[in-house]
Amino acid sequence: MRRLPVAVIAALLGRRGRRAAAEAHGERIVPEGEPAPLGAELVVAALLVLSAICGAGFVVAFAVTTPATHQTQYLGLALGLCLTFLAAAAIVFSKRLVVDEDAEEDYPEPHPAEQAEVREIVRESGSRITRKRLLLGAGGLAGAGLTAALVAPAVSLGPVFDTDSLRSSPWTRGKRLVDERERPLLAYDIEPNTFYTAYPEHEDRDRIASPVILVRLDPNALKLPADRADWAPDGILAFSKICTHAGCAISMYRKPLFAPADPRPALVCPCHYSTFDPATGGDVIFGPAGRPLPQLPLLIDPATRELKAAGGMSGPVGPSWSGVRE
Amino acid sequence: MRRAILTGVLALVAAAPAAAQPRAGIVRPADERGLSLLELGRQLFAGNCSSCHGGLARGIARAPKGQGSGGITGLGPSLRGVGARALDFYLSTGRMPLSEPDAEPERQGVELSRREINAIIAYVTSLGPPGPPVPDPHPEAGAINDGLHLFTEHCAGCHQVVGQGGVVTGARVPPLQYATATQIAEAVRAGPYLMPIFSDKQISDAQLDSIIRYVLSTRNPPDRGGWGIGNVGPIPEGMVTWLLACVLLVGLCVLIGKRLKA
Repeated sequence: MRRLPVAVIAALLGRRGRRAAAEAHGERIVPEGEPAPLGAELVVAALLVLSAICGAGFVVAFAVTTPATHQTQYLGLALGLCLTFLAAAAIVFSKRLVVDEDAEEDYPEPHPAEQAEVREIVRESGSRITRKRLLLGAGGLAGAGLTAALVAPAVSLGPVFDTDSLRSSPWTRGKRLVDERERPLLAYDIEPNTFYTAYPEHEDRDRIASPVILVRLDPNALKLPADRADWAPDGILAFSKICTHAGCAISMYRKPLFAPADPRPALVCPCHYSTFDPATGGDVIFGPAGRPLPQLPLLIDPATRELKAAGGMSGPVGPSWSGVRE
Repeated sequence: MRRAILTGVLALVAAAPAAAQPRAGIVRPADERGLSLLELGRQLFAGNCSSCHGGLARGIARAPKGQGSGGITGLGPSLRGVGARALDFYLSTGRMPLSEPDAEPERQGVELSRREINAIIAYVTSLGPPGPPVPDPHPEAGAINDGLHLFTEHCAGCHQVVGQGGVVTGARVPPLQYATATQIAEAVRAGPYLMPIFSDKQISDAQLDSIIRYVLSTRNPPDRGGWGIGNVGPIPEGMVTWLLACVLLVGLCVLIGKRLKA
């Protein structure tokens, strides 16, 4: 993106150099006169440049605006002004610069020498008239600004190149699990047939990987993958509370009252009903989620019976972006 | 299946009032008034509950052979030790007896009288450990503000924030518009069907009072004016608005067309 203006300038300079070389070999037919007043051309160019500035302003406003500030009116203002200036430039251009005169005359006899002369006149006159290049350059700039303004929000939808931050989490081995009021959770507190929300001790709870959902299942009913065999001491399992589909908080836990006849235990997201099986390590059993719920390995402190993390999350927490699918 | 349809058609044709009855009605002893509470409970249990919960309320965990009473055989949990709390919840909301054993128990018309419910509770609790009693909540002691907060935290995921109910995959979540204070307290502690069980460590009795007060308050939400249209939400209300706007626009077009013709 940053290279584009440089390339435009380089191209313009290159052409100017070539033209200067062409003029050097002979005498001019058209005397090099005073630069004609540009007038309307300058107005159009200025409007186009303003449009480009507004497009760039949109990108800046979009980058500065956070969900906390909610200053979305600046986004609308920038994009609106960008389009308004573009429209104004088009109006001035069509009214003042487009030649709309019809002249009729017979087709002339071919005069190769005169044609060459006319070409030279045109070319040499053109060396003074910069309006085509000026307008092309300004138009290109305005187009680039508008394109950047429209593309920026789409590109910002989720990290594309730098997805490492999604894999970071506050959970490390030995980190204690605490409840909403920072009280450490004991293994004994976790009862079957219900669910709990826990956080890492002394960590920012607003981080997407912080909240976990805790359930206790019958240890004999667990079907965890072999490499997670010791992740659920006493049948206590911890999973990220953030759904892997659209990032809602998983707030539903269905538990069968009578296992032989009722649906099996599952964590359910209230937004689109993605349903995860805690017994198999958070596999998706229903719904639009594309990957399992990340699991947090647990250990029970042998001395205090407190619940602690035995390591980091099993995968990236939060909704799936283009860079995070598994 | 064909037999069931035939029976249904016959029932419709032959006796219209019979259609109002549940498919499996309540089986009652001949002279209820003459029986002691315990004996009435025993007979009612044998006639209406035992085909799924077993003769002595020990539950049936594997598919039984043959047919139970009322033509119903199914799997059912043991009722030993569940206590009056769960029994009263299931019976007083009409969730039990269940006419189809594999269906989700849902609130329906209660076919049993209060004395019959008490009789079944007395009989089942006499079989084993009595279990937890029917709770006695005091919603008037709770605070609606706290109730809203706690309800949002613990209940709204499934029941929606105004207690209208919804779905969880595999089951319907009942609306709370008809539940009494006692039934809400029973459900929170007993966790019917797929609902989690909330112990008094998670939700204290005082907090439960607040939750119940909030749930009861959602039945008569404060009226903020405007057109309620049944308080069904913004989408139908928007559709009504569009309908009105369309009529106006069509009228305008007709008017313009007439002027142009003239």
